[in-house]
Amino acid sequence: MNNGYVLQMKDISKEYYGNKVLKGVNLNVKAGEIHCLVGENGAGKSTLMNILFGMDVIHSTGGYEGEILFNEKITEIKSPKKAMELGIGMVHQEFMLIPEFTITENIKLNREITKDNVISKILGDRLRTIDSKRMNDDARSALDRLDMNIDEWVRIVGLPVGHMQFVEIAREIDKTKVKLMVFDEPTAVLTESEADNLLKSMKKLASSGIAILFITHRLDEVISISDNVTILRDGELVKTLVTSESSVGEIAELMVGRKVDILNKEEKNKKQVKREVILELKDFSVHMPGEEVKNINLKIENGEIFGIGGLAGQGKVGIANGIMGLYPSNGELYLKGNKLKLNDTNNSLENGLAFVSEDRREVGLILDSSIELNIIFTALNIQNKFLKKYLFFTLQNSKKIKKHTDEMIKKLDIRCTSSKQNVGKLSGGNQQKVCIARALTQDPDILFVSEPTRGIDIGAKKLVLDLLVELNKELGMTIVMTSSELTELRKISDRIAIISEGKVAGILKPGDSDKKFGLMMSGTKIKELQEEVI
Amino acid sequence: MTSKLIVNKIGLPRFIISTLFVFVLILAVVLKVPMDMLLSDVIKRFGMYGILVLAMVPSIQSGTGPNFALPIGIVCGLLGATMSIEFGHVGFSAFIIAVLFSIPIAVITGYFYGKLLNAVKGSEMAIATYTGFSVVQLMSIGWIMLPFKSGQMIWPIGKGLRTTFTLEKTFGHVLDNFLHFNILGVTIPTGLLLFFLGACYFVYLFTKSKTGTAILAGGMNPNYARASGVNIDKGRMIANILSTVLGAVGIIVYSSSYGFVQLYTAPLMMAFPAVAAVLIGGATAKRAKISHVIIGVLLFQGLLTSAMPVTNKIFPVGNISEIIRTVVQNGIILYALTKVEGGK
Repeated sequence: MNNGYVLQMKDISKEYYGNKVLKGVNLNVKAGEIHCLVGENGAGKSTLMNILFGMDVIHSTGGYEGEILFNEKITEIKSPKKAMELGIGMVHQEFMLIPEFTITENIKLNREITKDNVISKILGDRLRTIDSKRMNDDARSALDRLDMNIDEWVRIVGLPVGHMQFVEIAREIDKTKVKLMVFDEPTAVLTESEADNLLKSMKKLASSGIAILFITHRLDEVISISDNVTILRDGELVKTLVTSESSVGEIAELMVGRKVDILNKEEKNKKQVKREVILELKDFSVHMPGEEVKNINLKIENGEIFGIGGLAGQGKVGIANGIMGLYPSNGELYLKGNKLKLNDTNNSLENGLAFVSEDRREVGLILDSSIELNIIFTALNIQNKFLKKYLFFTLQNSKKIKKHTDEMIKKLDIRCTSSKQNVGKLSGGNQQKVCIARALTQDPDILFVSEPTRGIDIGAKKLVLDLLVELNKELGMTIVMTSSELTELRKISDRIAIISEGKVAGILKPGDSDKKFGLMMSGTKIKELQEEVI
Repeated sequence: MTSKLIVNKIGLPRFIISTLFVFVLILAVVLKVPMDMLLSDVIKRFGMYGILVLAMVPSIQSGTGPNFALPIGIVCGLLGATMSIEFGHVGFSAFIIAVLFSIPIAVITGYFYGKLLNAVKGSEMAIATYTGFSVVQLMSIGWIMLPFKSGQMIWPIGKGLRTTFTLEKTFGHVLDNFLHFNILGVTIPTGLLLFFLGACYFVYLFTKSKTGTAILAGGMNPNYARASGVNIDKGRMIANILSTVLGAVGIIVYSSSYGFVQLYTAPLMMAFPAVAAVLIGGATAKRAKISHVIIGVLLFQGLLTSAMPVTNKIFPVGNISEIIRTVVQNGIILYALTKVEGGK
C-alpha cells in the first residue's frame, strides 16, 4: 500500500491544562510536495509542529492524542533527536547559528567529519581531528544545491539576514536523509528579493523529492508556490485545499471566518454621532524590536473604542508602546490638537494617557508586591495621589490606599484574600484586572489596552471585555485596544485598524467581511484589495 | 510536616543561625560564662553595628543589590569624625559635629558612586566591592597626607594620623552613656539603641515617601516602574546617596561606642559583616525591610559575641578563640552570600 505520503498526522488532539488547542487535526504531506499550513496566531500551527518534533512541552504536559505515520509507519516521536533521525528538518524563524563560526562550521555543527590521528588512536575517538577539507566540500555542495555562490569559509557574523536563512537551510539539507523540511515563516524577516530566492530554492528542493511543509502568513506566497494548503482555525482543521483550485480570497475567508456577533454593533453604529479627533498620529514610527512601526498616520476619535489588529510581529503592539514612550519613537503626536512630547513616559501619563501593557508579568505588574502598591503606584507617582503630609514628611496615606484598593477589588471583582496579597499569587484574569485597576486609578482620558485577554480563561475574558465596554459607555473613556484576537476586536470596537508590516493596511468596520480582514492581515495592499472586492 | 512549615516561614538561614545562637547561649550557661557580661556585650554590639547594616536597605530596595561599597560611606564618616576632633570639639557636640561634617561629604561621594553604578548595570555587586577597596586604599594615602594637627590623632613623630586612636577625651561612648541603666547586671546603652531605632524609623519613613515608593518599585520591577514614569537612574542615585550617608553615620556611631577610631585599612572588610547580617535577617539581593536589619544584626552579632567567650572557655590556650571567631564570622558571611538570590 504505497500512497506516497511521507507524513500523515491523523486525528491529532492536544490539551494544555484542560484547554483544547488542537481538535482532531489531519495533515498529509507527499514526497516532493510543497504543503502550506496557514492560520491566525493561536490557531494551533506551532503546537502541531511541536508535536511533529517531539518537543518537551508536549510530553511534559501529557502528550497528544492521535497518530503520526512517517513513511507509512506508525511512529512515536519522543524527542527532537528522534525527529532528526527520522529525517525531519526544521528551518527556524529565529536563526540558530553561531556568529563567530564559519558557514561550514555552522552547517556541520555537532556532525563534524573527522579523521584519525596519533592521539586519537591511543586515547579514543573523541580526539580525532576535524577533516576540514571534506567538511568544506559537503558544505559547498549543500550551498550549490541552493544556488548560493557565497564562500563556505566566511564567518556568519555580518552576513545579511537572507544569507543566514540560507545557511540554516543548507544545514538541514546537508543532513543526508532529510525527507521532510519544515519552514516556519522563513520569509517574515527577508526582503522581497531574498524571499523570492528562497521560494525558488524551496521549489528546487521539492523537485528533488523532499517534502516541504511551509508555514506562512503571506497568502500570495501560498498561491504562488504551494501544491496543497491546510487551513487551521482555533485548533480545528478548516479545510485542505488544492491550491490551484483556490484563491487568496477563499483562503483568507476560511482563515478568519467566524460567526461574529455583530448585531449589537450595528445598533451602536446608528447612534454614532460625528466625533472630534482626540489623538492624531502623523508619520509615527516606533523602534520596538520585533514590532516595528513605520510612518503610520491614524486619527483616534473621542469616546470610541478603537481596535488595533494584525498578526504577531507586524507592529500593532508597537503603537501603544511608542505613544507611551516605552520604546523610542519619532514622528508627531497631537493630543486634543496639542503636540505631545515623544519618548517621555512621564509626560504621556501626565497628559491623561494610561496604558495596560501586553506584557503583564514583566511590565504590567510587580509580581512580588501587594495588590495595593500595584494599583496605586502610577497615580501616586504621577498625580501625587494617596499622599499625606506628616510634619516634614510627605508619606503614603495608607488609609486612603486601602480604601481605594478595596473599592477597586469590589468594582472589578478581583478574587483575592486581601488587598495586601501579592499579585504573583493571583490568577491571570485577576492579574489583568489589577492592571486595569491601576490604569483606571489615573482617571485617564485615553486608555490603551494591549492584549487584555492573553493568557486568561474564557470567563475572565468576557469580564474584561465587558468592563472595557462599560468604561467606554458610562465614563465616555476613549479606549484603544490592541489585540491578536480579531473576534474580540470585532465584538467591542467601533473601528479596527489592521496593521501589516508596520503600516496601516486599512481601517475596517467590525461588520466588514471575513475576507477583507483576512486579506488585510496577510498584507495584501489596499489597492489590490479593492480590485479583489470589485 | 508542621516543623517544615515553620522552617519555611522563618526561612532556612534565619532558622539555622538562630538555632546556633541558642545552642551557643546554652553552652555559655553550661560553661559558666558570666551571662550578664555576655548579654551586655550582645546588646551593645547590636546598637554598634545596626546603622551599618541599615545602610544595606536603600541600596537593595533600589535594585543595586547590597551595598558592598560600604567602605566609601565609612571613609566619609571617618573624615567627618577626624575633622570634628581636629576643630577641637568634645563630648556630645563632637559627635554631632562629626555627623554634620560627614553628611555633605557622603552626599557628594554617594552621588558619584551612584553615577558609577548606573554606568555598570548588571554587575553592581562586583564593581561595588572593588570600588570600596580602592577608595579605602586611596584614603590610606589621604590619612598620611591630610594636614591634621590635633595631638590626639597624629603620630608623635613623623607625618599623618595614627592607625588607631582613642576617643576617650572626645566623643567616646557618648551614646552608650546617655540614659544608660543596669538590670540584673546587664547594661542597657539607651542612647545607642534609641539612635539606631530612630535611624530605622527614619529609613522606614523614607520608604513610605513618594520617592521611596518609586525607588522600591524601580528596584522590584524596572519595566513596571518605567511604564509608570519613574526615572530609575535617579532613584538608584538617591538610594545610594542615602546608603553612603548611613554608612558614614554608622561608622561614627560604631567608633563612638567602640571608643576608638580605626583608620587606614580598617574599613576594608567592613561591608561583608553588614551584608551578611541583612541577608541572615531575611533579605535577598532584591528585597529588604527594616525588620530584616533588626533581626539580622541581632542574630549575626549575637552569635559572634557569644561564640567568643565560649570558645575561650573550651580552648583556653593562646589566641585560638580569635582564629575560631574569624572562621565563624567568615563562615556565616559565606553562607549568607550563597543565599543572596533568595533566602529560602
